[in-house]
Amino acid sequence: MTAHAPVLIVVIPLAIAVLVPLVSLRSDQWARSLVLLALLGAMTCAAIALAQTLSTGPWHYHLGGWEPPWGIEYVLDPLSSGMALLISAVAILVAIYAGPHLSGWAASRSGLFSSLFLLLNTGLLGMVVTGDFFNLYVFLEISSLAAYALLASGTIQATVATFRYLIIGTIAATFYLLGVGYLYALTGTLNMADVAARLPAVADSSPFIVAVIFIAVGLSIKAALFPMHGWLPDAYAYAPPTVIGFISAVMAKVSVYALFRVLYFILRPAEIVEQTLTVLSWAAAIAILAGSLLAVAQRDIRRMLAYSSVGQMGYIMLGFALGTRAALIGALLHMLNHAIMKGCLFLAAGGVQWRTGSCNLDDFAGISRHMPLTMAAVVVAAISMIGLPPTAGFFSKWYLVTGAIQVHAWVFVAVLIGSSLLSAVYFFRVIEWAYLRAPECSATSAIRHQELPVQMLMPILLLATSILLLGLFNQTVISHVIQYALPQGGF
Amino acid sequence: MKPLFGSVVLDVACRLSVPFIILFAIYVIVHGHDSPGGGFQGGTILAATFILIRMIRQDVKPWGLDRTGALVLACCGLLLYTGIGLLSFLFAGNYLDYGVFPLPLEAGKIRFMGSFGIEIGVSMGVTGVLVLIFDALTEEDSQDDKPGEPT
Amino acid sequence: MMSDILGHLNYWLATLLLLIGLHGMLIRPNLVKKLMAMNVMQVAVIMFFISLAVKTGGTAPIELHGDGHTTPHAAAYINPLPHALMLTAIVVGVSTTGVALALLIRIYRYYGTLEEPELLQRMQE
Repeated sequence: MTAHAPVLIVVIPLAIAVLVPLVSLRSDQWARSLVLLALLGAMTCAAIALAQTLSTGPWHYHLGGWEPPWGIEYVLDPLSSGMALLISAVAILVAIYAGPHLSGWAASRSGLFSSLFLLLNTGLLGMVVTGDFFNLYVFLEISSLAAYALLASGTIQATVATFRYLIIGTIAATFYLLGVGYLYALTGTLNMADVAARLPAVADSSPFIVAVIFIAVGLSIKAALFPMHGWLPDAYAYAPPTVIGFISAVMAKVSVYALFRVLYFILRPAEIVEQTLTVLSWAAAIAILAGSLLAVAQRDIRRMLAYSSVGQMGYIMLGFALGTRAALIGALLHMLNHAIMKGCLFLAAGGVQWRTGSCNLDDFAGISRHMPLTMAAVVVAAISMIGLPPTAGFFSKWYLVTGAIQVHAWVFVAVLIGSSLLSAVYFFRVIEWAYLRAPECSATSAIRHQELPVQMLMPILLLATSILLLGLFNQTVISHVIQYALPQGGF
Repeated sequence: MKPLFGSVVLDVACRLSVPFIILFAIYVIVHGHDSPGGGFQGGTILAATFILIRMIRQDVKPWGLDRTGALVLACCGLLLYTGIGLLSFLFAGNYLDYGVFPLPLEAGKIRFMGSFGIEIGVSMGVTGVLVLIFDALTEEDSQDDKPGEPT
Repeated sequence: MMSDILGHLNYWLATLLLLIGLHGMLIRPNLVKKLMAMNVMQVAVIMFFISLAVKTGGTAPIELHGDGHTTPHAAAYINPLPHALMLTAIVVGVSTTGVALALLIRIYRYYGTLEEPELLQRMQE
């Protein structure tokens, strides 16, 4: 069975996703346990794949027994299996966290929610493991549709925000498909490795330039790169707390991963890629500044975290666009760190909303007295987002700044350091309100404001601990995993 | 949805055409391998049958397929698809490798039978989903769909 | 110049539909019009792919009287791969339209309007 691990990463969540609505007609408990089992299965397969690819190199799996380039293949290397491991690990934690929310719903609704969540995972895991351009589009749309349905299932404002996200996300996917169409017209194949092999013959033609631009723009819109980030703040701010932890931690990152894969591993020798990366780096720098500045002005903590996400995506994109070894290590490390930090913060914000019913910063006053563990996790995550040692955030920013210095991009160095100062402003405000302000004194509020239930608290604390552990052991992670995830050749 | 029509003409036309539409849908599904057609198209035509009857005779309880039934049909169809894919693991093939099934047929026909099973699964899925979409879009204001209060 | 246009009519058609779709999605304030424009844009990409498959003098890639053993003369048939890809793309478009319509119905039932400026204003309150 382990010989089929690459395809099982995707098929287990898919098969269980269509099984869960049937099971939830019978019993809700079984359905939720099935979800956890499916995600555990996917995570195990990803771990097996990671261990194997670290020792023996890329793993090619041919679907249907057809040889590439005639058939679709799944390609696993340390980068994709690492991403798959990250996605499934965060998914398990969020599935545990969502338990208390789901118990309050009707069995049919929670069954459909679990099914959509597993479909979202299928789409994201598929995007990460596939080695075929059109297959990437299919999984991109699967994950997007599941995300639209999940994000819209909250309040009515969530539905309006999600409709805008739907329109913009479909534009992005259509642009990506158009780019793939041009690539197919030029090279005659959809297999990523085959396109890389046929690249030299077509790399200078203008359809190729159009293809690269369309693919880059499409994936950048999904990754919420400035100036195409407009859908993200509304979609994240109004999203139901059950899924926002997962979507904010993982979704935009997978699009950045896809862009990284296409530009660095496949299309790298072409000249247009250099120019695209330059444009992306400037857009990323503006995104960092814009995200941090806009986050300072927010009163709602979820909207603040959403704008902060725009800035953080800018960090990752800047690291990829700079291209030096240190910058790439910083970008990959920041993908890992940000998933954990932002997941922890959104889960904690959802927990506060669960207890107090509001996410406004004014209602955070003195909440540390009632929810000490949650706020401790928020403090750790906030310090990591600002980038102070020994938390994980410091090390990824260190590598990014080192990478920027290596190419003498002093503007980017200034942007990186300046935005850390800005994030200090808005995160310290949260900590100040939570710890130093006096709580509102009314008897009813004191009864409702207790610590979160264990099912919700445990993932938050686990993520906060991982932030500290990743910070302390970042050298081990880099030397054992991340450095093998870099594209070979040319540094 | 209030019945907009309700005449005998529509009723009879519907009764006469539905069996032929179902037959055509099955024809399209089965002949997908050798001519234009296949699971998606046949499933859509089959769903059109259910939608036609819903549009003409809403006074009858949902003919053939209520919401739970449509959901079960869609899920079973997709389970058939992934089941056939996973079945090839038992015969030491890759996922969706139809060539390894030990059927007493020649090589091309074995792959055809595998594809045929997949197409049936896909058509069941598409039928169930399209009927669900139609029902969801045309139902009256139901209680469990009240949007939450805006925050 | 004319041969540039006439020889590449399919690309001009795809471009025109793409721009119409983008215009509708970004400029029109009605949400239903945005949805329909999204469908037009998807049709543009579908037309583009299908036009890639055409060969002069080729016929439909269906073997009418084959016995299953002789290899067909592949150059005489048009390329079936983009058609198969576009089947998937059509299904994706249908699913997206279904999800979008469900969202629109929910919005309409609560707010009673589908004009975006009015919706945004009422959301802020």
